[in-house]
Amino acid sequence: MTEDFQTSRRAFLALAATGAAAAALPARDAGAQAVATNARIVIIGAGAAGTAMANRLVRRLEGAQITLIDPRAEHLYQPGLSLVAAGLKPASYVVSRTTDWLPAGVTLIAEPVAAVDPEAQTVATGGGQSLGYDFLIVAPGLILDHDAIEGFSLDMVGENGIGALYAGPDHAARTWAAAARFVEEGGRGVFTRPATEMKCAGAPLKHTFLIDDRLRRAGNRGNAEIAYMAPQTALFGVPIVSERVRMLFGDRGIGFTQQRTLRSIDAEARIATFVDQDGFTHEEDYDYLHVIPPQRAPAFVVESGLAWADRWTDQGWVDCEPATLRHNRYPNIWAVGDVAGVPKGKTAASVKWQVPVVEDHLVAAIEGREGTETYNGYTSCPLITRIGRAMLVEFDYNNNLVPSFPGIIAPLEELWISWLMKEVALKATYNAMLRGRA
Amino acid sequence: MKDLTFETMIAVFEEIFGRGLFWAMVAAAVLVTLAWLYVLVRDRSLGMRQFLIAQLFMPVGAVLAVWFVLVMTESHLSDIGGPIDVIVLLGIAAMGAVGGAILVYTVERLVLRRGADQ
Repeated sequence: MTEDFQTSRRAFLALAATGAAAAALPARDAGAQAVATNARIVIIGAGAAGTAMANRLVRRLEGAQITLIDPRAEHLYQPGLSLVAAGLKPASYVVSRTTDWLPAGVTLIAEPVAAVDPEAQTVATGGGQSLGYDFLIVAPGLILDHDAIEGFSLDMVGENGIGALYAGPDHAARTWAAAARFVEEGGRGVFTRPATEMKCAGAPLKHTFLIDDRLRRAGNRGNAEIAYMAPQTALFGVPIVSERVRMLFGDRGIGFTQQRTLRSIDAEARIATFVDQDGFTHEEDYDYLHVIPPQRAPAFVVESGLAWADRWTDQGWVDCEPATLRHNRYPNIWAVGDVAGVPKGKTAASVKWQVPVVEDHLVAAIEGREGTETYNGYTSCPLITRIGRAMLVEFDYNNNLVPSFPGIIAPLEELWISWLMKEVALKATYNAMLRGRA
Repeated sequence: MKDLTFETMIAVFEEIFGRGLFWAMVAAAVLVTLAWLYVLVRDRSLGMRQFLIAQLFMPVGAVLAVWFVLVMTESHLSDIGGPIDVIVLLGIAAMGAVGGAILVYTVERLVLRRGADQ
């Protein structure tokens, strides 16, 4: 062999130099000059929204007193609960510690909030402390009202064919225990969703699709009936997505009964009672029942006069301006995450978009100017349609699709790449968001 | 996704494979690449026989890379649903092919020292 390509030390050095230059490129996050202030900022809640907020504010502000109030020692990566409840991840996949994510220089008070006095600008904790604030971020998440379903309690989950994946990592794992028996034995699966606003409206559908897929993989789909029952008249709040899901349900042989709200359960007899729009009751027998309870704001929101007076009166979401999330009556209060009284946005992806907006307006308020950033209702849902495929559905307040990768990742197509994003990339992105870096 | 930074990408890959496995793979890739550059510079030429054999290993590297990704993500080839999926799959295969060829060439040239035709 004589026709060899010539290589040389010079070429090698040039290559090495190029590599070194690339590595030395300045990191993006140089950040703006920190704003000096001695403002007292209280953040209620150290979940996704509160934690991301604290990490960003610490970087933006110099000298601010930032206090988080949250009794929960565990931080939950809630987008992972659907995977746990389908046997794809262990319960530990979604659990970390609240303190793992908090920056140095903030104070965490591990107590529940008892009340907010927006006139006196104080927050009272369950332990009897009273904290004054100059600015308040309300991000306590929401309450899963399991008691609203008669005959149901959380200790039933995992037994007698009852699942409830929203309730937390252990309950999600027990949900899979119950669902796995259904997958093995077949029968009738009834999948529900509540009449209230809820976290991730795609999750009830994901669970239905995943259990359908599990039945198919077990070769048992022929022995099972799947019934999806919801209080709404559509399968999803965004019409174009709803239509797509209707087609997929048709394809998978999943039945949809609209205007059915789960009211009570007889666990012994395995009968779920639903009520329709005219108040008539309907009894449905089941071998597997997935329960998603009504969801409301924590009681202190309503009791402290922070909730909407004329909207969602049974649910109590914070009365705030949709584009800025600023309270409509108290300009030094903002709501972020699940508790915000806006039409969309109870997902981690929404939080990722909301937090920089609130940060902008809060820092602007400290500097005595108006903020400019706005939140358009962005919500994202990697809607899993089977193990290995999902639709990357992203939309805004106006039910417009707002794809992140237009022309590359089609929002209404079942794609492997969308599954990869949910399965592997989402948690990392979420963690980066918690640290205020995404 | 709002910002797709280099830092986010690193975090994503750590999440996919686990921190230990990811950095072990990065270290292995860097070592093999350095060794490959070393033999290129040392020999001052590309040994065509070894290069040919290395090319024969490209399909093997491609298949191994695809298999590895499918196993790590609980996916199957039947999950490929659209053009972007095919592109991603081909990209993974191409990376596996090139990586495999570089590895085989380096091993041949460095370890087996079958560079007698120099």
